Amino acid sequence: MTERQRPDRALGRLLGPGRPEVDCETCFDELDRYVDMQLAGADADAAVPGLAEHLAGCPACREDFESLRDLVAGDSDGDGISPAG
Amino acid sequence: MTTAAPILPRVATRPDRSEVPCPDRPALDSESREWLRQLQGGGAGRDAAIARLHALLVRAAAFEVSRRRASLPQVRGNDLDDLANQAADDALVSVLRRLDHFRGASRFTTWAYKFALLEAAVRLRKLAWQGRELPLEPEAWATVSSTSMTPPDRAEHAEMFELVQRGIAERLTPHQRTVIVALALNDVPIDVLADRMGTTRGALYKTLHDARRKLRTYLAEQGHDPRSPSEVAT
Repeated sequence: MTERQRPDRALGRLLGPGRPEVDCETCFDELDRYVDMQLAGADADAAVPGLAEHLAGCPACREDFESLRDLVAGDSDGDGISPAG
Repeated sequence: MTTAAPILPRVATRPDRSEVPCPDRPALDSESREWLRQLQGGGAGRDAAIARLHALLVRAAAFEVSRRRASLPQVRGNDLDDLANQAADDALVSVLRRLDHFRGASRFTTWAYKFALLEAAVRLRKLAWQGRELPLEPEAWATVSSTSMTPPDRAEHAEMFELVQRGIAERLTPHQRTVIVALALNDVPIDVLADRMGTTRGALYKTLHDARRKLRTYLAEQGHDPRSPSEVAT
């Protein structure tokens, strides 16, 4: 049985987070701030209410979040990101 | 217990400044300020900054491609390289068009990256489903297994599933049924479904959200906890 086939997971996808959440557009608008705050150890969930809930209910936005978080986390050496080249 | 979980209005997080330029950016870090100075300047300095930004966006798009490469065994490496470059090209246009809207709420590079990641992810999701018929019928009910659960949990989930199926049949509109079955049960990516239905990710998510709310209301009316199992556990 895969993780997706677990009945509790399937029910979770069908019923969603069930708490107030932002929409996909707001999620995209706020995603960079949320990621930078989270990587800095700040309380990103308090700063952007409803975003964590949206990420729990929207697999595509969740994937976008995880990609941005992992990409930025890998930038810690700053290599190649200077505006001055 | 509330069953209505609204999509928060945009003002719930902060005033909507995405549609208007931001004249002041008090929190801007020095690196982000330098990016803006060069990109909003003129001449050869701007051209060089645009070239560096494009390289940054190609790197982000390639990062997304590398994450999904295993799910696209039929696609050649050169085609994926082309896809990353096309995604970076479109992301560059988006970033340059929105420079005046950058709020300085994050580092400039984090803000720019998200455009390239989104462009690449949408292309890759569509590529993975290219030529495939979308499963819009609830065939996945049969694949959900409860064999690993204890008998009481199994019985509870079976009852919940039966109720949810009934709720989908009785309470949802045909459009809501199609959307929730495709997205939540059959795992169709929302960008792919939006493309095939000629709508947007946001519009489809609103439909999914409304359908979920109706199902929760239905479950509560039947005397069941409308929270999903993961919520109950937390």
